[in-house]
Amino acid sequence: MSTGSYIRRFWQLYAMLLLPVSFFALFKYGPMYGVTIAFKDYNIFQGIWQSPWNGTETFREIFDMQTFKTALRNTFLLNFLDLAVSFPAPIILALMLNEVRQMRVKRVFQTVMYFPHFISWVIIGGLFLQIFATNSGIINQMLNHAGFQSIPFLSNKYWWLATYLVAGVWQSVGWGTIIYLAALTGINKELYEAAETDGAGRMKRMWHITLPGIRPTILMLLILAIGEMPRIGFERPFVLGNSMVSDFSEVLSTFVYKIGLQTGEFSIATAVGLFQSVIALVFLLGANTITRKFADQSIV
Amino acid sequence: MKQKNAGRLFESLNITLLFILAVLCLAPLLHIVSLSLSSGTEITSGRVTIFPRGFNIESYQQMLQDVSMFRSLLFTVVLTVTFTVLCMLMTILAAYPLTKKGLKGRKFILYFIVLTMYFGGGVIPDYMLTKGLHLLNSMWALILPGLISPFYMIIMMSFFRSIPQGLEEAAEIDGASFNGILMRIILPLSVPVLVTLSLFYAVGRWNGFSDSLYYITDPKLYPLQLKLYQIVMNSMLVGQDAAERLSQLENPILPESLKAASIIFSIVPIVIVYPWLQKYFVTGTMLGSVKE
Repeated sequence: MSTGSYIRRFWQLYAMLLLPVSFFALFKYGPMYGVTIAFKDYNIFQGIWQSPWNGTETFREIFDMQTFKTALRNTFLLNFLDLAVSFPAPIILALMLNEVRQMRVKRVFQTVMYFPHFISWVIIGGLFLQIFATNSGIINQMLNHAGFQSIPFLSNKYWWLATYLVAGVWQSVGWGTIIYLAALTGINKELYEAAETDGAGRMKRMWHITLPGIRPTILMLLILAIGEMPRIGFERPFVLGNSMVSDFSEVLSTFVYKIGLQTGEFSIATAVGLFQSVIALVFLLGANTITRKFADQSIV
Repeated sequence: MKQKNAGRLFESLNITLLFILAVLCLAPLLHIVSLSLSSGTEITSGRVTIFPRGFNIESYQQMLQDVSMFRSLLFTVVLTVTFTVLCMLMTILAAYPLTKKGLKGRKFILYFIVLTMYFGGGVIPDYMLTKGLHLLNSMWALILPGLISPFYMIIMMSFFRSIPQGLEEAAEIDGASFNGILMRIILPLSVPVLVTLSLFYAVGRWNGFSDSLYYITDPKLYPLQLKLYQIVMNSMLVGQDAAERLSQLENPILPESLKAASIIFSIVPIVIVYPWLQKYFVTGTMLGSVKE
């Protein structure tokens, strides 16, 4: 095809791409220029360009900050606990839902359990802070009525961890079953029939047929979840956390917000953000490599 | 016979457990609904669980007197609709050309876009850009930076690819331009994915909170979630003069009850669209998980 006819044929497609490409250039690649202030002594009045370079000074500074180290530790701590609790929960729930024979009943359960996924963290925060409040919360009022002492769910850092995990499971467990339920439909029905004639009970069939059937999906999602370890959303720890439990609730995302946008230490906050992005990228690439290897093996 | 009994026991145990879990999923919401509808004395005594006691709707009446709540609601509706329409336009403009194998530079542009899924400037550089463009305290700060989600674009592309090639080729032979093919063939055949992704964008915008916390300081431009955050976290009563009004009432409304009413107020729109949300989100999630 000659250049002329190529252009005549394809110019409309390039015209369509003009706005989207400009969007990515400006709003996604534009900020990458701003990352340079992690290596500068940024001064608002001098701007990004004029501020003097200071090499890795900022990074040395953040590694001396106790608050940064705490936030880094907490990011991994909360993600690890979340993995331990929120990862197996949907698998178990999916296995339970899979055993429900009446389709209508199953659908009702699914409809109810998917719902929390659509509620914002601000609202979930509002719900949980109300329910677990030390004095006026319903849980503690019920404990008091039963003759027990109130539990400081929100103000004791160890109890707070439990609250944080429960909120996460509540929000995600139902929705998390979707991908497993989809994988379950792919299991050969004849396997169950054969096992039944051999006298295998429900539990045995679940253990020896259902679970191995979704093992590739479980492994894949597990590797992806491990790859996500250095990243943490902002809203959940921010909304649920408070100053009494900041030993555990302060994570990298909330730290960046506080030190950057509230205190105005732009260079430090940018350096922390960059550090986190790089670690996240390493984890992600690692996870990617492992998945690829694992996928290749499973084909062979 | 023995095995049949065991199976029946297993089944009823399973259903009972699932029923308890389903109740636990709804209990926090029912509790908040009850708080918003109960009288102050019943709430302080700790007797309100998942049914309202001392039924009254005063907390709603009081909340609805607050003009700023409606302003936030209205602003959030306008914001969400504008955002969703623009996102869909931009995502279509990006997805369609990138499904055309013959297009030179296609691979490069695709990498250019997908890379942003894995690496970005971060909160502060994003903030500095928004500020540099004079978008702080403007609705556009909550729209422009999120116009195209690469992930949703990929979902749309895989749907476009599933449309039989023959249709397009026939139209091309008839002299239709890419514009015409997109408008008259591709889009009308893609209604399911268009609805799904519109809902994805809309729910994300409706529930989104952190960007408004970063970029908006003018209370007139508070989206509902930010407004709600202030109400819930500051334990403040709705509106400036609410404390005064409260002291004049014979049967004061507890802040808990008002907070609960505000939470319910902002959940209602999600509840209304939930049947559609559920239907399309499940298919959308499937589409997303089977991509390449």
